[in-house]
Amino acid sequence: MTNEALIPVVGVITDIRRDTPDVKTFRVVTPDGKKAFEHMPGQCAMLSIPGVGEAMFSITSSPTNTEFMEFSIKKCGCVTSWLHSCEVGQMVTIRGPYGNGFPVTKDFKGKNLLFIAGGIGLAPLRSVINYVRANRADYGTVDIVYGSRSMDDLVDFKEIQEEWKNEKDFNVYLTIDRPQEGWDGHVGFVPAYVKEVNIPTDRTAVLCGPPIMIKFTLQALLELGFEKTQVFTTLEFRMKCGIGKCGRCNVGDKYICKDGPVFRMDQLEELPSEY
Amino acid sequence: MKKIALSNIDLLYKEIAGAQELYLPVKVAGATNFKKFEDGVEVDIKSLQTVKSAKDLFFPQSEDMMEFKTSGKSIEVIDARKKAEPFVLFGVRGCDLKSFEVLDKVFLAEPVDTMYQAKREAVTVVTLACNNPETSCFCKVFGVDASNPKGDVQATIVSDEMHFEALTEKGEKLLSSLKCLEDCEGKGVEEEKAQIKEKIDALPFVNLDLTNFKGENLMELFNRPEWEELSKACLGCGTCTFVCPTCQCFDIRDFQTNAGVKRFRCWDSCMYSEFTKMAAENPRKNQMQRYRQRFMHKLCYFPSNNDGEYGCVGCGRCVKKCPQSLNIVKVIKKLGGNK
Amino acid sequence: MQRLKTAMIEKATALLTSGEVSKVLGWKKGELGFDVEPAVFTSVDSLVDFTYDAFCGANLSKYLVEESKKEGKILVFLKPCDSYSFNQLIKEHRIKKENVYTVGIECQGKVDPYKLKENGIEFVTDASETVDTVTVNGKEFKKEEIILGKCLTCTKKLLSYDDVISFNEKREPSLDRFEMVKKLEAMTADERYAFWKDQLSNCIRCNACRNVCPACTCTKCVFDNDNSGIASKANSDSFEEKMFHIIRAFHVAGRCTDCGECSRVCPQHIPLHLLNRKFISDIDRLYGEYQAGEDTESKGPLTNYTTGDVDPSDVFGGK
Repeated sequence: MTNEALIPVVGVITDIRRDTPDVKTFRVVTPDGKKAFEHMPGQCAMLSIPGVGEAMFSITSSPTNTEFMEFSIKKCGCVTSWLHSCEVGQMVTIRGPYGNGFPVTKDFKGKNLLFIAGGIGLAPLRSVINYVRANRADYGTVDIVYGSRSMDDLVDFKEIQEEWKNEKDFNVYLTIDRPQEGWDGHVGFVPAYVKEVNIPTDRTAVLCGPPIMIKFTLQALLELGFEKTQVFTTLEFRMKCGIGKCGRCNVGDKYICKDGPVFRMDQLEELPSEY
Repeated sequence: MKKIALSNIDLLYKEIAGAQELYLPVKVAGATNFKKFEDGVEVDIKSLQTVKSAKDLFFPQSEDMMEFKTSGKSIEVIDARKKAEPFVLFGVRGCDLKSFEVLDKVFLAEPVDTMYQAKREAVTVVTLACNNPETSCFCKVFGVDASNPKGDVQATIVSDEMHFEALTEKGEKLLSSLKCLEDCEGKGVEEEKAQIKEKIDALPFVNLDLTNFKGENLMELFNRPEWEELSKACLGCGTCTFVCPTCQCFDIRDFQTNAGVKRFRCWDSCMYSEFTKMAAENPRKNQMQRYRQRFMHKLCYFPSNNDGEYGCVGCGRCVKKCPQSLNIVKVIKKLGGNK
Repeated sequence: MQRLKTAMIEKATALLTSGEVSKVLGWKKGELGFDVEPAVFTSVDSLVDFTYDAFCGANLSKYLVEESKKEGKILVFLKPCDSYSFNQLIKEHRIKKENVYTVGIECQGKVDPYKLKENGIEFVTDASETVDTVTVNGKEFKKEEIILGKCLTCTKKLLSYDDVISFNEKREPSLDRFEMVKKLEAMTADERYAFWKDQLSNCIRCNACRNVCPACTCTKCVFDNDNSGIASKANSDSFEEKMFHIIRAFHVAGRCTDCGECSRVCPQHIPLHLLNRKFISDIDRLYGEYQAGEDTESKGPLTNYTTGDVDPSDVFGGK
């Protein structure tokens, strides 16, 4: 590979789905209707709109989806706002895949898995959850604890309700921060819910969400008896090149774009807390 | 070996420039930087150091990568990378030459940066021994021998002559093509080198101790309380970064032109407040953290990833150029000390 | 100079000991004699590194934008030129005055390390000065040979402070500060363009001029703001480098105190202060002589409209 990698290919947005008031899921294929490239769960891609900018996004769809890629994107900056305002048929540029992805063929294989997500943090986990569903025999029990500010902020609610909940040996625990009309499920923050559910410590855990949620959920897991070596997370950082050269995502002796974004908690402990 | 009288050296520049592009230290408006040789330029081969290092011959301050033609919802991507023509880089000092090795470790690592690689392959480097190293020089600390800088061709000024020795095939080819040079034995070259070595050994910063800078104590160095004081006066400008021969962070940006959008990459600085800024937050919130990142990268993170090789070559540009006199020497002394 | 430094350390010690201030903003010794750096001292013990000598060219005022907002009162030593910047920052509500204890200090021009180097001195082991001379490593220099460009034309005086340390040794300027501006004005447009083209072609957009400038205190500079549409890190063409400096000069016009830091810190020695001085000279001609930063109250000529204001074309023509 060379840094021809910095030169993207063209992609077309073929579907836009509104997940929450500020999250939309975009389906992207090449102009001839194919997937732009293959990837592994947890890997990322650079999307750009010429003149607006380029930004790194987690690929939300599972690699087992052979037809297209999806990106669940929260509106928060220049590129994301622009994407939120565009229509089906809009071209973007895309390059990737970047990063290490989740160790689905190594550490995860044969294990019972626990996925914990907050808000848009479900986006990178959706890829691996659906990968696990597609390769169901390779993995044990799957527990999913997912929380959001409100019912409306739960990403992929439909897929969770209609598909994940019905999957064999899948336990889905949903929670929202405050009581809301029409919600008869659990109310409370994710870290507290994790402790309440009292998930057995034989799981390999994957955490994704806002930094504050990660911090307290990790604490909750440790209190439950989990080891840091059992807990994985995926980091968000500003990136430009995606191939460990531009220096932007350098933290300690790691580059988030190529050595990450997935790290085990004990690995993160050896890094400066600048992420 | 070959030589030429300094009084005739213009002939040499002209002959090289007649065959391929020649870049060398040129003084414009009082400041010396590597620039293209053209008739009428003021070549400044005697001053020890250019303000900017020679890195921008391979990694220019800004460089076009691609263009986009957009119409309606559609986008067309056009590769805008320029082909690199062979060129000669003349008058490179030992520290700058060493910096190319550091940059190579970043840009030539997989995936190879083809824009950088093309220019590195196109160059013939003529180095120049440092007859008069300056107080701010500490290249010796990083294993550079400024009396013997290597490169494709190594040049040494001995009194009023410049002597040349080819060290590579490329260098051989260049020297043998130049008619203005005369054959010689290299008389006085070794003596000159010995004298330079003596001068270097007498410089104030040659005994900086690097033994405390290694990968294993990364967190200990990172958490040292001295960073606060070391960075206090930092203005958050990019001077140290931009004059540094090994700093290679870049940004990728789009530029709207009448004809479409140009995407270029340009030097960036980890000293800038928005370097790591994301829409929602910034992991490095204050200047101390940004300052620490720059020096930790050079003295700890880079060696940790590159078999102990440091990301500093001791050129001393930051010592000379920091507006508020902060520099890597002060950092090394505070956290490492003197031998 | 030594007695000035001694008096300053005495002052700092007294104020730190009495608890009237908790920090001192001054200068700290370097490694090579000339490389002093601005520093904050928080204890009497730490004052061992405090220095004030012929190399303390750096303007400390801008550091107060941050430091004065932190807890505790801070003592700052202000050279005459720094005082004007300080006043201007007070006027622009950038410094929390009640948190600052100001001490005015005398200055007779600061040495330019580059000029010293041109004279063969790269390592200062010993320096002393009189009003008109500096002796470095035993070699005596006339001030006009060796001091910073900004000091050659300095007419600034001590203003009002909480305290002043002065031995009434004032140096007279060696040059008229508008001399070079007049030369540039006398050039043809082509000559002037060639002059600036050469100078600005060296610009590396390091932002040292902007970041050191006491008049540049925007929380977010337009050139750093991706939403401004003109954010730029590098000059993507030869036109842009000029725009950066010209826009900056416009932005500080009427507020620039002519402290000269922009030119002092430029790694390529671009005489950036000339752009500002052109504005100062024009303002003087249009609205009468005006020195930004002389006080903390008055309205600047460009931010104050009076019915007596002249139409620029009446002065410069062009109607």
